[in-house]
Amino acid sequence: MSEIRVEVERAIENAERLNGILNAFLTIDREYALRRVEKLEGADSHGKLHGIPIAVKDNICTSWTQTTCASRILSGYRPQYDATAVERLNKAGAVVIGKTNMDEFAMGSSNENSAFGLVKNPWDIERVPGGSSGGSAAAVAAGIVRVALGSDTGGSVRQPAAFCGVVGIKPTYGRVSRYGLVAFGSSLDQIGVLGKKVRDVAQVLEVISGRDEKDATSADVRVPEYLKLLDRDIKGVKIGVPRLLFSGGLDSEVKSAVEKAIEGFASLGTEIVEIDLPLLKYGIAVYYIIATAEASSNLARYDGVRYGFRAEGVNELRQMYYKTREEGFGEEVKRRIMLGTYVLSSGYYDAYYAKAQKVRTLLKRDFQAAFDKCDCIVMPTSPTTAFRIGEKTDDPLSMYLSDIYTVTANLVGIPAISIPCGVSKESLPIGLQILGKYWAEDLLLNLSNVYETAFPLDAKPKVHVQK
Amino acid sequence: MKNGWEAVIGMEIHVQLSTNTKIFCACPTSFGETPNSNTCPVCLGLPGALPVLNWRAVELGAKAALALGLKINPVSVFARKNYFYPDLPKGYQISQYDKPFSSDGILTIMTAERDEQGRAKEWKPMQIRIIRLHLEEDAGKNVHEGLPEVDKYSYIDLNRAGTPLAEIVTAPDFRSSWQAYDYVNHVRRVLQWVGASDADMEKGNLRCEANVSVRKIGETGFRPKVELKNLNSVRFMQRAIEYEINRQIETYESGGQIKQETRLWDEKAGCTRVMRSKEEAHDYRYFPEPDLPPLIVSEEWIEQIKSEMPELPDDMRDRFMKEYGLSFADASLLVSEKSLAEFYEQTTKLSGNPRMTANFILSEMLRELNEASITAAESLLKPENLAELIKLREEEKINNNQAKEVLVEMFKTGKTASQVIKEKGYEQISDTSLIEKLIDEVIEKNPSQVEAYRQGNQKLFGFLVGQVMKASQGKANPKIVNELLKKKL
Ligand SMILES: [Zn+2]
Repeated sequence: MSEIRVEVERAIENAERLNGILNAFLTIDREYALRRVEKLEGADSHGKLHGIPIAVKDNICTSWTQTTCASRILSGYRPQYDATAVERLNKAGAVVIGKTNMDEFAMGSSNENSAFGLVKNPWDIERVPGGSSGGSAAAVAAGIVRVALGSDTGGSVRQPAAFCGVVGIKPTYGRVSRYGLVAFGSSLDQIGVLGKKVRDVAQVLEVISGRDEKDATSADVRVPEYLKLLDRDIKGVKIGVPRLLFSGGLDSEVKSAVEKAIEGFASLGTEIVEIDLPLLKYGIAVYYIIATAEASSNLARYDGVRYGFRAEGVNELRQMYYKTREEGFGEEVKRRIMLGTYVLSSGYYDAYYAKAQKVRTLLKRDFQAAFDKCDCIVMPTSPTTAFRIGEKTDDPLSMYLSDIYTVTANLVGIPAISIPCGVSKESLPIGLQILGKYWAEDLLLNLSNVYETAFPLDAKPKVHVQK
Repeated sequence: MKNGWEAVIGMEIHVQLSTNTKIFCACPTSFGETPNSNTCPVCLGLPGALPVLNWRAVELGAKAALALGLKINPVSVFARKNYFYPDLPKGYQISQYDKPFSSDGILTIMTAERDEQGRAKEWKPMQIRIIRLHLEEDAGKNVHEGLPEVDKYSYIDLNRAGTPLAEIVTAPDFRSSWQAYDYVNHVRRVLQWVGASDADMEKGNLRCEANVSVRKIGETGFRPKVELKNLNSVRFMQRAIEYEINRQIETYESGGQIKQETRLWDEKAGCTRVMRSKEEAHDYRYFPEPDLPPLIVSEEWIEQIKSEMPELPDDMRDRFMKEYGLSFADASLLVSEKSLAEFYEQTTKLSGNPRMTANFILSEMLRELNEASITAAESLLKPENLAELIKLREEEKINNNQAKEVLVEMFKTGKTASQVIKEKGYEQISDTSLIEKLIDEVIEKNPSQVEAYRQGNQKLFGFLVGQVMKASQGKANPKIVNELLKKKL
């Protein structure tokens, strides 16, 4: 048996076995994966990801298997085409072993909003893995795959990465093609990468990045060879720390872990500078207006007319729309569609959507000013460690507030990465977030890699594959 | 119009831009294909698919805008118009809203009121304010006929979904149905002229809606307007507007009120009917389309498009009048279609006789073109050949009736003038010695008539000319025959 076959088969077995506990995968496609292996075994040339098993979030289109967005409305829906990111993974020789669970249409911060059951955190199965890329984060944390694709609209890659003790990057808006990523908030969505090691994340990001003719918002900006830049000396890099950020609902253990990490960076020769981001506190409000507005429109196509779920027992068009969407969407999705519809309605547009766009512009200026003083900015990824299953399901607002540190990177469009920076007393991982200038993924990966090498995370999740 | 009242009409026209592919994907725009065959993930609105702007649609939109006197905006923004309908795959239409592609146009059209028989009374220029022309995608079509169980199911054909459209909106500047009629015809013609659209109402690639209200003369504000839809030809539209004006005046005069609403024209019944009231109107929740960056065009690009624009029909008409001394009516007819105007101009340049060229084209050729239902560009008759015919006629090589016959033959066969003349044996004899010989023969054969003429019977001159012509088989140049015969007698 070839090495790649061994590795792919092991990944599939682990995925199948651990799915009973974690529910990280919605689809595990053994047959497809082995067909891919066969093809790769016969290939003359090896791509950058030759034979590497990988998991893909179930809101990224794959032509060979269903793409459900963890929604009843798309249950069994099989796309006609591969997302550009998937196409590039395949071209580089990666083997997609399955599609990962998520919050329905990527709306959620706990993975409790999946129509196909919640995902459990491998560190503590009483706790959520974060969301919305909870399945991808859990699959990586449990050691099933080294890398997985997620998507990040307001923190959906970084927050689960933090909760599950893995690395997760959200690239600059326009870095990775959105073609084939099922849209939630089109001006915020980016495909991101989660991985155990910064190196693996860098490798995959390098493969999927770059201009795509099929996405008018993908940028024609050169993609550096991230791998080659991982070990650069980080001496003299200016790291900005926002004043007044470490207050309010920030958990004290998270606070001290992040402060320790900053000291760690200082010990590696970086320069720590204080910065001001006065508008950061408006991030959540602005985010939940813009994201829901775009979502209300993006999700209009799920009407039961052409594909996906259609409600039974209706004989009139309007009833078909109502019943299909009533039964096909979950509570959180419907809540956001209603919010978004409201903020775009005539008479409310100026007070909500238009104003939010203005604040978004001001936020960008805030960051531009901050980046005059530093090369990157650090802050916690999430104000808390992974919370208990069911803890916040009745309180959407407190759930929304857990995105407080992550949403701004999406609103501004800059890249941000979350890396593990310790564990709590309860043995739950804590994430450190680093935000960079536009297109500065190389610096984020470089800093993360140097930090990871200097301060490796010793702890391991309870649920983990045996080598 | 009833005394004391005036109509206030604004027009909205949707035209399909003549691109080969759709506005946001690479699917063909060809007409009459198998339902749903011209589709892809983008125009089917599949999850994850994204629009990419077809630059050709922008070019044609620019030509249309310039032809209608609009200013092209350096930055315009696509917006989503949200509503649910089965023929709208994404649940929103990508259109433009507060930042349209072009705006602020002033257009001069020629317009005339019509008499009872529909004949134009007096053509006068009129200025129309065009508020905007913006770019958008078309929706698909619901099909309710000719398919199994149509009473139970609706069918959807998305071949048309994503076809590029330009929407052209005027200010409420029209005061009569005929002005609106002349405006739509003007738009149709110039858009065809610049190649922006086929603008064929029957194929549905030009659709119009009219906003109609009435008010007492002297009133400055507007009364509630009614939006008229289902206007499937320019003539239907004119009738619908006329009906609606009268309905509104009568309603007001009998003490009623007009509500803002949308009404459909029923051509068979000859009246308009309510489709939806203002209360039922959609809230489209427009917002900028996040999948498409703002549409930015440079000054140089606009100049480039301008330099590719043909001379517009009204400019050409005025020039024909000035340069070639044509009447307004003749020049207008010649510019009614682009290839006809070009045919005229080319022929005139070759023939050097603008007047005679116009006469031949407007009488014989136009009739033949209409009968064959083709354009001048498609005709077998070519400018150089018509010019040759005109020269031969000018030199009196053939007479007028013969020339007309020759033209018809040339039109049908594509042969040159001299070829046809030769085949028909129409070469005129202008050789005086030959004609003199014929005259001598006629005089010899008709001594009594010659004698009677010489005695003063003038009528017999015509008889003798006829004899000479007969002897020449009609080929003798009548002018020369006249002169020589007079001399001999
Ligand atoms: Zn298409």
